[in-house]
Amino acid sequence: MKMRAALLGAVAVMGLAPAAFAERGADGEVKLTFPQAVSIVNPYLSGGTKDILAAAMVLEPLAVVDPNGVLVPRLAVEIPTMENGGVSADMTSITWKLQPGLLWSDGTPVTADDAVFTWQYCTHPEGGCSQATKYEGVASVEAVDPSTIKVTFSAPKPNPYTAFVSGLSPILQKAQFEACIGAAAPTCTDANNMPIGTGPFKVVGFTVNDTVSMEANPNYRDPAKPAFATAVIKGGGDAEGSARAVMETGEFDYAWNTQIPPDSQAAMAAAGKGQFVVAFGTLVERIEMNMTDPSPELPEGERATVKHPHPILSDIKVRTALSKAIDRSILVEVGYGAGGKPTCNVIPGPEAWASDNTACLTQDLEGAKALLEEAGWTDSDGDGIRDKDGKKLSILYQTTVNPIRQDFQALIKDWWTEIGVEVELKAIDPGVFFGGDPGSPDTFQKFYADVEMYANNSDNPDPETYLGQYQCKNAPSPETQWQGENINRFCDPAYDALHAELTQTTDLAKRQEIAKKLNDMVTKDSMVVVPLVHRGTLSAHSNTLGGVQINAWDMETWNVADWFRVK
Amino acid sequence: MLTFTLRRLLLAIPTLLVISLVIFLLVDLAPGSPMSEIPLTVPPEVRQKMIEALGADQPVFVRYLLWLRQFFWVEPAYLIDGWFGTTWSEGEQRILSWQSRSPVFTIIGQRIPQTLIVIGTAYLVGILIALPIGIYSAYRQYSLFDQGGTLFAMIGFSVPTFFSGTLFIIIFAVWLGWFPTKYDTQLVVNDWNSFLEQMRQMALPVMTLGLANAAAISRYMRSSMLDNMTMDYVRTARAKGMTERTVVLKHVLRNSLIPVVTVIALGIPSIFGGAIITENLFGVNGIGAALIGAIHASDLPMVQTLAFIFAVLIVLFNLIADILYGLLDPRIRYD
Repeated sequence: MKMRAALLGAVAVMGLAPAAFAERGADGEVKLTFPQAVSIVNPYLSGGTKDILAAAMVLEPLAVVDPNGVLVPRLAVEIPTMENGGVSADMTSITWKLQPGLLWSDGTPVTADDAVFTWQYCTHPEGGCSQATKYEGVASVEAVDPSTIKVTFSAPKPNPYTAFVSGLSPILQKAQFEACIGAAAPTCTDANNMPIGTGPFKVVGFTVNDTVSMEANPNYRDPAKPAFATAVIKGGGDAEGSARAVMETGEFDYAWNTQIPPDSQAAMAAAGKGQFVVAFGTLVERIEMNMTDPSPELPEGERATVKHPHPILSDIKVRTALSKAIDRSILVEVGYGAGGKPTCNVIPGPEAWASDNTACLTQDLEGAKALLEEAGWTDSDGDGIRDKDGKKLSILYQTTVNPIRQDFQALIKDWWTEIGVEVELKAIDPGVFFGGDPGSPDTFQKFYADVEMYANNSDNPDPETYLGQYQCKNAPSPETQWQGENINRFCDPAYDALHAELTQTTDLAKRQEIAKKLNDMVTKDSMVVVPLVHRGTLSAHSNTLGGVQINAWDMETWNVADWFRVK
Repeated sequence: MLTFTLRRLLLAIPTLLVISLVIFLLVDLAPGSPMSEIPLTVPPEVRQKMIEALGADQPVFVRYLLWLRQFFWVEPAYLIDGWFGTTWSEGEQRILSWQSRSPVFTIIGQRIPQTLIVIGTAYLVGILIALPIGIYSAYRQYSLFDQGGTLFAMIGFSVPTFFSGTLFIIIFAVWLGWFPTKYDTQLVVNDWNSFLEQMRQMALPVMTLGLANAAAISRYMRSSMLDNMTMDYVRTARAKGMTERTVVLKHVLRNSLIPVVTVIALGIPSIFGGAIITENLFGVNGIGAALIGAIHASDLPMVQTLAFIFAVLIVLFNLIADILYGLLDPRIRYD
């Protein structure tokens, strides 16, 4: 009898313990700081990660991607697959089931109509929706019944998890945004800054480009969450200041994007108040080779177009030599520390999609010199710079104004000079470089230089769209107003054919195999893209903040409902 | 004096119109695009749609005329509607920021108080430190105090705020832990404790800016005092047997203040302009931080409106300085 009572007591204690910890709002306030302040809390009108991170605490999609790149249901009951009948056999539709009893933070029920509306909102031709690609290929979204959403595609879609998946494409409340569709979208200031959502928090105060104040959502579906009663996101300053506020002064609990020099990282970690966390997605710092001639002597309109192949870089031996001369581990050590690792791939992850291409990781200056000799570039006049047919081996190397990139430029220039290549450096304001203004000569698409360095990534673990950038037809040119993602003007019919095959392939293993092959075609086989560093997102959190699971495949705030105060 | 003021005010209208056009063209011709912060994963077609939704693809003169109309008609009408409940601005489009899609004047309204409190206090503190230093330095020229004051001014002049600010953060926030490094803009001052908290969070930015302001003004004060010290009327005053105190503080100081007051008045627009670097460093959400943020994001409506407001303030305070000059110095008359 005593034994039984004791056991019962133990069971009772075990049952109570989590309840005592897990009570909504028991842990007070959580304070986040971003180096760039939040401008708007509607992810469909923003493109900046800073805004979407804040929105992800308020608005939720049907499913999110967890840190391992696996889909996890959010508002949906389960992930629809072909096995459970959620995805049609011909891959032209996907049917999602909403969880029962979902409420918006204002207490009204969530219905399939809200999802239908969200699709209409983002695909309206005058709305300027920044996440329009999420709904690409979607022919219609229907509410089969109040809790069933059917998305129909105009063609078979091997990867149907784009619309309403991840923090980039959450569901908006129809009642709130109904009057804000199309051209009226930007004028709904209140709705855009304080959207009604289903997430763990709701916005209660917003000052543009400064602070977002949130409170726990009283109608959140898990009555025990979130552990914090309020949340504040303070923006502005720089990465160094944000990191300091968490790691050294302890004023904040979480700082996003604290990419600071490795020596500062070590010094701040030594203060013992917090820790850096890093998530590796697909962001790769790379050097892109221009396959066309950017010479200013060519007439405008023909300069840097496929009409004129590059006089030096068209030779694969030169491209390979330039890659061989680089020591990627030194670059990581100097620029990123824990926030980066050397890579030879354009698709560095998820692991199942990444090629085992590691040949570039060891620097080989002698090999590089030999290759240049072989290509006919010799130093005939003894000035230290190679030449061929009276032409100097001289290249212009451009990137954006950024301290790490300028360090990289200096290091790489040294290595290239050592193998007899003359290098001229150029740094461009990032607003101009990435601005895409067809009238400016300094955009990365126009590429009026021989090589350029920047970082790019795939916004989906499945890299189909991302790899599609290197198709011939995507080369920027005067005819396309210099728009297009194939900025190298790389053109290989075999690549285009293989990519076309990828879009038709449904078997996952086969898809991964093709993706690896495509990755190799632009990197080790042709050296058109010279990957340098696989960059992670480095963030910092205080030692008193628990439950943080940094995520490279979705928003870092994806599991903010599970964050708690370590006592 | 009145005709002078009126003439100057009328003359200001075409001046400001020309300034607004020049600013608009400069801002428009400057490289950069509102799409530069959008990740590269967003394809060009979507970017094009976003630019169209912003209205950024319209020809420059159309956008300029629209902006003029919004600035001089829609925004004042909106203000009057807010006061008297009229409906003049109904259905009219206010000036919207491209970056946040919020009305530019709402953002300015949110930010002006912070800027006035922090930058204004720093300016005041700067003046209060600078005047005594300037006066005493001049009175005891080449003394140890004067040398010290010169050193202080040199440091204040030559050390940029991004350096002194970071130094103060490391000393007072990281090592000593006295003050916070990030300004909490949500703090409501309603009791003694929150007031102290406000003082604490203002300490570092005010210190940083105060140093820079005090340096400049103390030099003006000193040189103006030195000019007057050797004047005949000072010798006369001394010969009459007045105390040094009366001579320096009544006769010399009053006359020396005339140019200093002008300098101080001309510096007031810069309070409204905020302090770009300091505000950014300490996370004060003032006008300066708004301007630099808007420039980075190529948020043309925001940059244009702010730059134009600064131009108005500068023209206005130039006029005020001229009038003050006339009031303080009876020898100067404009009519």
